[in-house]
Amino acid sequence: MILQSIKMAWESVRSNKMRSFLTMLGIIIGVMALVVMVSLVNGATGAVTSEISALGNDLLSVSVRDDKGSPLRLEDLTAMAADPMIATIAPDGSMYANVKHGYNEVRSSVMGTTAPYFAIEGLQLKDGRLLKTVDVENAAYVAVLSNDASEELFGGEPALGKTITIDGRSFTVVGTLEKNDSLMASMFRNYEVYVPYTVESRMAGQPYVSSFAVAAAGDTDAAEQAVAKMLLARFDQDDDAFTIINMSSISSAMDTVTGTLSLLLGGIAAISLLVGGIGIMNIMLVSVTERTKEIGIRKAIGAGRGTILMQFLIEALMLSLLGCIFGLLLSALILAIASHIAGTITFSMSADVVLLAVGFSSAIGLLFGLYPANQAAKKHPIDALRYEG
Amino acid sequence: MAEKKPIISMREISKIYHVGGEEVRALDGASLTVYEGEFVAIIGPSGSGKSTLMNIMGCLDTADAGTYLLDGQEIGQYSERELARVRNRKIGFVFQNFNLLSRLTAAANVELPLIYQHLGFGERKKRVAAALERVGLSARAEHKPTELSGGQQQRVAVARALATNPSILLADEPTGNLDSKTGADIMALFHDLHKGGATIVLITHNEEIAAQAERCIRIMDGKVTEVR
Repeated sequence: MILQSIKMAWESVRSNKMRSFLTMLGIIIGVMALVVMVSLVNGATGAVTSEISALGNDLLSVSVRDDKGSPLRLEDLTAMAADPMIATIAPDGSMYANVKHGYNEVRSSVMGTTAPYFAIEGLQLKDGRLLKTVDVENAAYVAVLSNDASEELFGGEPALGKTITIDGRSFTVVGTLEKNDSLMASMFRNYEVYVPYTVESRMAGQPYVSSFAVAAAGDTDAAEQAVAKMLLARFDQDDDAFTIINMSSISSAMDTVTGTLSLLLGGIAAISLLVGGIGIMNIMLVSVTERTKEIGIRKAIGAGRGTILMQFLIEALMLSLLGCIFGLLLSALILAIASHIAGTITFSMSADVVLLAVGFSSAIGLLFGLYPANQAAKKHPIDALRYEG
Repeated sequence: MAEKKPIISMREISKIYHVGGEEVRALDGASLTVYEGEFVAIIGPSGSGKSTLMNIMGCLDTADAGTYLLDGQEIGQYSERELARVRNRKIGFVFQNFNLLSRLTAAANVELPLIYQHLGFGERKKRVAAALERVGLSARAEHKPTELSGGQQQRVAVARALATNPSILLADEPTGNLDSKTGADIMALFHDLHKGGATIVLITHNEEIAAQAERCIRIMDGKVTEVR
C-alpha cells in the first residue's frame, strides 16, 4: 500500500513539473542556505584551527614586561626546563635588521634563539643544519634562513655556506627552512633569519631574556601553571610583570566563537526552511481544492480516510525530500566553487550536515503536509464528487 | 422467487436535509428490495430523491432513519472506514460523467479499486485485463481518458466497477452524457452483464432506458412505488 501511495504521489508530482518545482523552491533554497552556511563556517573553522595548532597547540609564549630587578638569563631558562611539566624552553629575542647578500637586501626579523626553538615551533629544515647548542655557547656568526628570506636574498641559488650581512656583520648561512605552507604564511611574505641567542642579544644590546617559548611535556594548561608559578615567585607575586599566551586556550576560544557562529547561521537557515515548508503547505492546500473531484472518485471506489491522508502526506514528503536532494546537489556545486576560489581552504559537506538537512526537510514536509492532507481526507465523498472545479 | 437472495433490502429509509431552517424530506420512508441477478431501474424526475437514494444505496451516505441491509449486512451503524470498505468490495459505481482520473491510463483507472483492496501485483494485472476484455477495450488499456471517446470512457468506468466483482453494479444515468447510439451500446453492455449474472441497479429519468430493465421502481417526492 505504501509503495502504491508512493507511486501515486510520484505520478502527481511528475504530472505538474513546473508547480512541483516552484513548491520545492522554498525547500531547495532553505537546504542550500543551511548546508552552505554551516559548511562554510566549518571549513573556515577547520582552516583556522589547523592554523592555530600549526603554531603549536602545546606551545606557550611568554613575555616579560617588568623584570623587578631580577631579569632572566639563559641559565634561568635551562633551570626552568627541569620542571617535569615542561619539555623544552627556548628564548626568542627578536629585532629587525637589514639583511644583505651582494646587492640583494631585505628588511627582516632576526630571531636570537637556541637549538630547541625549531622543534617547539614546528619548523622544518630543508637544507643544511639547524642552530646547535655549540653555536649559542660560542656565539658563532651563523644563520638559518626562512624559505622566503633565502629566495629573496639568493633568488633560488643555493645559499648554504654563503655569507650574508646583518646590520653590517657577516654571518655564514648554515641552513634553510622548508616553505611554511600554512594559511597565514601563504598570505604574507615571511622573512625570518635565525641566529644564536648570544649573538642577537649582543647586537640588540639586550642581555636578558624578555621573551621565550615553552613546549609542554604533557598537559599545556599544567605547564602554563608551572611557568606562572615560577615567574610569580621570581617577580614578587606580580602577575602583571609577565604574560603567558596559551595557544590551546586560543584555539578553544576560537572553537566557541565558530560554534556559536554556525549555530546562528544554521538557525537563520532553519527559518528559511520553515518558510519553504509554509510554501509547501500553501501549494498543497490549493492542490487539495483542485483535486476535490479526484478525492471524491477515490473515496467512491473505496479509498478510506487513512488512504487519502497517506497519499497527500507522502506527496508533501516527496516534494520536500526532492527539494532537499536538489538543494544538496546545488550546495555541493556552490561549495566546490567556493573551495576553488578560496584555494587553500577546502569546503565540504559533512555527513552530519546532510543528515540534518534531510531530517529537517522530512520533518517540515510531514508537519506542513499534515494539514492539507487532513483537509483532503475529511472531504465528504458526495460533496467531493459533486464538486466542479 | 422465494429462493432468490436479496442483495439490497431497505426498510422505511428516511433522509432529512435542513435547508434554511426548513426540513426537506429527500427520502420519506422508502422501502425496496433488489434480489440477486436482477436488473432494476429506478426512475424519477430530478429533485425526486433518486440521487439521495443512490447515495445511500451506494454507501456514500447513511440514512437518518430506517434499516438498510446490503448483502445481509446492516449498514446503518457503520463507521466511515467501514463504509469505504463496503464501497470498495461490494459496490461498483458507474457515473453519468464517467468520473475517471484523467492523469491515469485506462488500465490504471481500472486497477485503482484493486489497489485499495491490497491485492498483489499479479492478481491486479489479471483482473484488470479480464475487466477490460469484458467491456471490449483491451486494445485501449494504455490510453488516457482524454484520448478516448465518451462511450469508451464509460466502458472503462464499467470495467473499473466490474474489476472488484461487486455484489451490485450501481449505475447513475450511465447514458446521460452519451449520444443515443453510444448510449444504446452501453445499455447493450449492461444487458450482457445482466445475462452473465450481474445484479444491476440503474438510476435514470429516461422512461425508454428504464423500460429496458426487468423491473422498474418509481420514486417521487421521496416516496417509492413499484411500477412493475
